[in-house]
Amino acid sequence: MLEVKDLTKIYEAGFIFRRRIPAVNGISFYVRRGEIISLVGESGSGKTTTAKIILRLVPPTSGSIVFEGKDVWRDLRTQEELKEYWRRVHAVFQDPYSSYNPFHKVDRVLIQALKLIGIDPKSGEGKLTIEEALKYVGLNPEEVLGRYPHQLSGGQRQRLMIARCWILKPKLIIADEPVSMIDASMRGSVVKLLESLRNDYKTSIIFITHDMGLAYYISDRILVMYKGKIVEEGPPDKILERPEHKYTKELVENVPTLYRKWSDI
Amino acid sequence: MVEEILRLSGVKAYYYQNVGKGLKEIKAVDGVDLTIYSGEVLGIVGESGSGKSTLANVMMMNVSPPLRFIEGEVVLRGRDGAKIHLEKMSRDDLRKKIWGTEMTLVPQAAMNALMPTLRLRRIARDILRSHFDDIGDDMVVELAVKALTSLGLPADVIDRYPFELSGGMRQRAVLAMATILRPRILIADEPTSALDVSTQKVVVKTMIDMKSKGIIEALAFISHDIATVRQIADRMIVMYAGKIVELGRVEDIIKNPLHPYTKGLIESVLTPEPEVRRRGLRFIPGFPPDLSNPPPGCRFHPRCPFAMEVCRRDEPRMIEAENGHYVACWLYPGGGHARG
Repeated sequence: MLEVKDLTKIYEAGFIFRRRIPAVNGISFYVRRGEIISLVGESGSGKTTTAKIILRLVPPTSGSIVFEGKDVWRDLRTQEELKEYWRRVHAVFQDPYSSYNPFHKVDRVLIQALKLIGIDPKSGEGKLTIEEALKYVGLNPEEVLGRYPHQLSGGQRQRLMIARCWILKPKLIIADEPVSMIDASMRGSVVKLLESLRNDYKTSIIFITHDMGLAYYISDRILVMYKGKIVEEGPPDKILERPEHKYTKELVENVPTLYRKWSDI
Repeated sequence: MVEEILRLSGVKAYYYQNVGKGLKEIKAVDGVDLTIYSGEVLGIVGESGSGKSTLANVMMMNVSPPLRFIEGEVVLRGRDGAKIHLEKMSRDDLRKKIWGTEMTLVPQAAMNALMPTLRLRRIARDILRSHFDDIGDDMVVELAVKALTSLGLPADVIDRYPFELSGGMRQRAVLAMATILRPRILIADEPTSALDVSTQKVVVKTMIDMKSKGIIEALAFISHDIATVRQIADRMIVMYAGKIVELGRVEDIIKNPLHPYTKGLIESVLTPEPEVRRRGLRFIPGFPPDLSNPPPGCRFHPRCPFAMEVCRRDEPRMIEAENGHYVACWLYPGGGHARG
């Protein structure tokens, strides 16, 4: 469904002596329909840049991204085509607060989604859809509608973003550190919702995360990124039990575990 | 024999905020009892707004507006065994006699906060001069080199700038500077949360080293991440909404959490381990209470799947449910005895 081929992004820095910094360095991967994959890496590994290129927010230096048969950077020319693309490929970002306009009530993110798919938010259908979307993500309409973003908790804000996804029914969700700013006891609510979108609607999801625990739990495949390259790829159990690349080994060994104590400290 | 080194009894510390004409009272630490024994690492786990950072400051009696110490005792055992009531000391006295030399707090941001334009020699001098106005440069170098080398750093680090050190070395340098005056108790507030995983491990290792080499006598390790706390702590305290809900040996709490909050928290944590897949993922519905208006009875009752009538009415007290394993929850009625 999505195919990334030889993707490279080079940032140039400096004035007199121009330095070329490869943020993403010739990576290739694919995502199947209904599949959840994770791009795991530390800050600076190029995972967020990759996400931005797929979302058509940052142009690549070279390489291609093909979504449902169309090259995202070459074949989508009109504003209409782009809008349609963003409806099909949707993002959930790390800080749900920054996805909202603080001066508008949170209802707006749902109303915009309705408009995108051509439903009048004021019609009976529009109201019913909002109600159903909130029910899907386990939010009580009375608790959230008519409020401002700062009046909701991080978990509620992120669940509302998923309600938006439910309305749009995108084919692919790119979730960039979707739970890293949410307290542990509430993270599960967001992770499980993304899981059920996949199970109920065969939505594909790319998790962009530094959190090996999250990637291990949720992914069908894990892609480990290091210095702009995918250094290892495989199902979670294989990555955890038989990591091959030096960096993957280090990552797996250094993540704090809950059920066993580190033997080497 | 294990000796107690710091004891907090019935400690309450609230923040006060002006709201319009009124004063808003935020009960950040509300009736906390805890003891730190010499030779142990005490882990303190809590989510945002649980009061754990406030507790860290209260342990040091680093209390200044808008935070106010309401009541309770904070007793440090002096090197001679005498009881020192920190809550009765002035800020000036605390600065001269306690902070840095007996207890040190490494706040959350400190792990990335060495001034990049100063050599470590200068940083050490500034720290030492803030305690002893007339300390000579020879003494500064002697103490700094001793602190750095005892954490496995080469002595010449003293003439380097912080940015010249690798991530792991820099963290060790921070810890060396924090303990340059050889405090007996180190309180570390979220020391690992802004670091990548391999540097996190270096910090945990270094802290364990500091304790086993006797550089510090006890460590209070505060974190939102129960998996990191589990790696370093001997005993663990779980905080929720300004109160301690569970206390016990780390192994006991992980294997057999008693409080519904602790149980929910543990089952919400995703670590790369097969047990997590088998166990599945849970979450605790709702969110923590507003501490300016906490719910009556047990503060967890609005989110608790086992909430009973009594939970909404009366506050549970801490009982010893099992040997050395304490819990404040009505599911464990009077079976235990009040905590001494």
